Amino acid sequence: MVPRIAIVIGLAAFLAGLSVATFAELKMFLPAILRGAVVTVQISVLSWLVFMAMSLIAGVARAKASGAVLWLAVGYIEVFRGTSLLVILFWLFFVMPEFGLTMSPVLAGVLGIGLNFGAYGAEIARGAIGAVPRGQTEATIALNISPWNRMTRIILPQAIAIMIPGMVNLTIELIKATALVSAVTLVDITYASVQQNQLHFRTVEIFAITLMLYYCFAQFVRFGGDALEERFSRHLSKRV
Amino acid sequence: MDWRWDFTFDVVLPKMWEAAGVTVWATVASFVLALIGGLILMLLKTHRSPWISRPATEFIEFIRATPLLVQIFFLFFLLPDFGITLPPLTTGILAIGIYNSALCAEVYRAGFQAVPKGQWEACIALNLSTYRTFRDVIIPQSLPPIVPALGNYLVAIFKETPLLSFVAVAEIMQISKLIGAEYYRFTEAVTIAGIFFLVMSLIAAFLIRLVENYVKRSILH
Repeated sequence: MVPRIAIVIGLAAFLAGLSVATFAELKMFLPAILRGAVVTVQISVLSWLVFMAMSLIAGVARAKASGAVLWLAVGYIEVFRGTSLLVILFWLFFVMPEFGLTMSPVLAGVLGIGLNFGAYGAEIARGAIGAVPRGQTEATIALNISPWNRMTRIILPQAIAIMIPGMVNLTIELIKATALVSAVTLVDITYASVQQNQLHFRTVEIFAITLMLYYCFAQFVRFGGDALEERFSRHLSKRV
Repeated sequence: MDWRWDFTFDVVLPKMWEAAGVTVWATVASFVLALIGGLILMLLKTHRSPWISRPATEFIEFIRATPLLVQIFFLFFLLPDFGITLPPLTTGILAIGIYNSALCAEVYRAGFQAVPKGQWEACIALNLSTYRTFRDVIIPQSLPPIVPALGNYLVAIFKETPLLSFVAVAEIMQISKLIGAEYYRFTEAVTIAGIFFLVMSLIAAFLIRLVENYVKRSILH
């Protein structure tokens, strides 16, 4: 949707205008919220990398592997999809030290979010790999292409084009989920705005800015995802 | 690592049992709210007038693009400003309900759009009343895709309820945090909370599959 990118630009302009108009008021809480935004972006990017890696590995294993590797993938997917993200974060941060593995808040947040979303992404990856026509696999066997090349050169490039919309949705969910990292003592946008709200009691302004920031992040991801989908599916024949 | 069974059975489990009730109540209440709210939002979104459908569409998009936790905090801090003081649990149920009604609206819409246009036209051609059109033709055909999706949202809501611990609702996560703070032992409480969610989700997923099969069999012969 093109108008939405216009809305985002409008919101940014509105924010800029707001900061000029009532600068003295905003100066109290905007810097803290923007510092939180930097943390949110950092956590989002790092956990996105873990999420993508895990979903591709577990997705391929779930679709193609057999025996112990398959059961490992199934176990990972079911456990991390079945538990709540907040519980996973708590478990990583407060219980893992009992097992002799103390994590920094950033590491716990990134691992928790990445592993949790990787389990959801693995199901999307599995579906996309399954959606690549069987003829492609048969053709590679007929051409005597090795299993590794079959996966990396033939199946995955086509599967990636299919999985992009689902992955874009999950990426937006992931950015939203970073709001939970305040549970492991990180000061992201959400926690910063709660703190600032308790200091200044400007609920509407502070939370309007926070919600807008998240909305803008989500719209940029959606916009980028549409462009990426266009780029990746250009060379594929139009089949529905 | 030391896991203490006596601590688990004497302290953790009794408290968790009470908290499980709060979690289940929050889940059910939010789900009912989401079902009704989703229907209303869907009707607004598919309204003829763009003056109604456009704001509804943007509202749904906005709700879906912002984190539930921020929405919970917003409602939690905002409502008292308007002189509405609700208990945290009610505020939380309201927030989760609104958030998921935006998601359910999309599910309903997809379900109704999955019914081929020819079905509507056939109903008009056969001069069926609006009531009969919906009861006998449209709803039975749109249910099979809707039911499993709604079931998934029920599980999703269940897994969102730990967010209520941020506004001090005494549900499972909050209780395990409190136990951890009181005895300085997080291991048992947080692990049991995790197992509780895992087991309940797996059971729910199994039940959803049963219901899904039942709907498929009984409606689409």
